[in-house]
Amino acid sequence: MTEIELWIVMLLALMVLSAAVMVLLVKNHVAAVAAASVVPLGLALLFVLMRAPDVAMTEAAVGAGLSSLILALALRRLGLWQIDGVKTRTNLIKTQSEGHRNA
Amino acid sequence: MMPDISLELILYTTALGLISIGLAGVVLSRHLFRMVLALGIAEAGANLMLVLAGYRWDAVAPILTTLGEHPPMVDPVPQAMVLTAIVIGVGIQALAVSILIRIRQRYGTLDRSQVVERMDAEIADTASIPRDVSQESPLGERPLPSIPDSTVEIRGGHS
Repeated sequence: MTEIELWIVMLLALMVLSAAVMVLLVKNHVAAVAAASVVPLGLALLFVLMRAPDVAMTEAAVGAGLSSLILALALRRLGLWQIDGVKTRTNLIKTQSEGHRNA
Repeated sequence: MMPDISLELILYTTALGLISIGLAGVVLSRHLFRMVLALGIAEAGANLMLVLAGYRWDAVAPILTTLGEHPPMVDPVPQAMVLTAIVIGVGIQALAVSILIRIRQRYGTLDRSQVVERMDAEIADTASIPRDVSQESPLGERPLPSIPDSTVEIRGGHS
């Protein structure tokens, strides 16, 4: 067990746990699905470090890929697919022009 | 600097943290879709816990390259079970999502308390009985259950 491996595992564990907390705290449903697909991704990397390469392959393909695909399609069917709220439709170039929020 | 914690401690903390975060999300979330996401997180934590049961820090991956003498390997049996559990988890998620789509078609909302309210109303409407008073209302406002006729005479009620 080298030291660098320990640091990598610590970083991945932190990433997985914070993504799991994000799923419950974020208001937007699309962002919640994105955070929920980060959890199996970090878990797949952890499985590689734990000498389980077959589980890592399955977790990355099925857990991160297929499951988030199902959830994203379900979001569209459930009518929850909203990238932005109606009032906060801005991008980097064009700021909001309603007038009640001046930067 | 070498921190004085082992790899297993970090991984066990991660697995328990994922399970508890997922269970808290299932219990506390107000939206049904968020509940499905939290269930997936709890299942991922359980998978990590199972793989961790067969883990040894000085072992190699369980792949036989030579016959005869081989270095110590991690236990492949929990890994095979986790392989099955991942696929089953996706099946559970698809089933839960399809149930959510039916709920949305039927009741028009995915908020937990509203769905419970409308489901209660529909059950009472179908069975043509008065709606049950919510168990969360204070005790004094609930109507007392009616006394059956056979017990009225014993207690010396009417007549």
